[in-house]
Amino acid sequence: MTTVEAPVGVGRRLLAGPTTGRLDTHLGLHGRPPTLDAHQLVEALRAAGLTGRGGAGFPTYRKVEAVLRAGRTPVVVANGAEGEPASSKDRALLAYQPHLVLDGLQLAARAIGARTAHIYVGAQAAEDIEAALSARGVGLDPVPVTVTVAPEAFVAGEASAVVAAVSGRPALPTDKRMRIAESGVGGAPTLVQNVETLAHLALIARHGPGWFRSAGTADEPGTFLATVSGAVHAPGVVEAGYGVRLGDLIDAAGGPTTQLRAVLIGGYHGGWVPARPGLEVSREGLAPFGASPGAGIVFALPVGSCGLAETARIAGYLAGQSAGQCGPCVNGLPRLATTLGDLAQRRARPGLTAEVERLAALVSGRGACRHPDGTVRMIRSAMQTFEADVTAHLAGQCLEAGVRA
Amino acid sequence: MTVNRLHVDWTACDGRGLCAELLPELLVEDDWGYPVSRTGETEPAVPRQLQSAARQAVDRCPALALRLVQR
Repeated sequence: MTTVEAPVGVGRRLLAGPTTGRLDTHLGLHGRPPTLDAHQLVEALRAAGLTGRGGAGFPTYRKVEAVLRAGRTPVVVANGAEGEPASSKDRALLAYQPHLVLDGLQLAARAIGARTAHIYVGAQAAEDIEAALSARGVGLDPVPVTVTVAPEAFVAGEASAVVAAVSGRPALPTDKRMRIAESGVGGAPTLVQNVETLAHLALIARHGPGWFRSAGTADEPGTFLATVSGAVHAPGVVEAGYGVRLGDLIDAAGGPTTQLRAVLIGGYHGGWVPARPGLEVSREGLAPFGASPGAGIVFALPVGSCGLAETARIAGYLAGQSAGQCGPCVNGLPRLATTLGDLAQRRARPGLTAEVERLAALVSGRGACRHPDGTVRMIRSAMQTFEADVTAHLAGQCLEAGVRA
Repeated sequence: MTVNRLHVDWTACDGRGLCAELLPELLVEDDWGYPVSRTGETEPAVPRQLQSAARQAVDRCPALALRLVQR
């Protein structure tokens, strides 16, 4: 895991300064965090326009408001499970700047009146966090923090799976008849926030919403952490403002190793977009392709690699990552993956593409979590971005066969 | 205004298909016997004339996976 230089003109924030994870360097650089009350927290988040960095991009102040509306003592959970194979930004953040995450967790917990806080991370990050916690003490952490190790599974980071795991149950998504903001850990109103979101909060509390908005776009303010991988010279974690050009993000990761065929943005639940250097990485810029920055994953596919084969491979992986609880997901995702496999392997038959779309529509919205919906988003974007490849495959040809990377 | 809607707990549903038999106006079975909303809504709205049939479907679901919710 490496971090690389941010694109020109985009200063680092979360990854500013030394990345030793030490408390003294953290306090030397940032000072002690201020204390906010509930009203100040909501107003700061609203004015900053901070959105969740775990993938869904929901406005953070609205989640806080929903928890406050429940009117009972809440619980806060920092989520760094990062079950997405193409993502390592949360691990990088937890290793390099654990104190920003813990500051943000305390700020949120104190402001909303929580008496317990949790941090839920992979086994390796759990060691970094335990070390960071023991260096801090009650002065910096008046609300006690419990560390829970997240299993390595794609859906283990889904909010209801997070609540289940920190409650001592298997890390599986649960039915959403009740909202987590109303009834989560131990039945308490629960605020689940991605660790990067909390780290941004720690900086917004110190420097204010105006400072936060000086990066990114007016509609999508601030910076985000991106994990850039695939056909690039220096794969790693990059920090950039929303609206950054796709080409600049890829250049920040050492630049492409060869000509690129397409880019998967937002992760395995994200979307395939054409490899246009000028494409703006923002919700607005990616919407025409059914994609969004999501949790900041950027995977570069080189020429000579078939996008449909890669899509079928990812669909197969996602089918295997079903928690095995919901019928439409358990049955539908493997069927989708094998149908895509037929397309990728040029086993053409009448109605093959219509069958992909029928199955995609069939599994959408029919599960305890959005795993089927995310899988469908990725597949639909592939059918659009690789439209010419689909036509060629139906005719028994592959556009990338024999193309040298 | 809130309306009565059918909510399926997909972690509990095992696709027996009783609900689709009792509420053919709202539900059909998919390729594997699990209920699909005819309207495409995730939680289909229950019109007034189907309220009692919907309640019966909820009460008879062997997996206790079907509920009426107000949203």
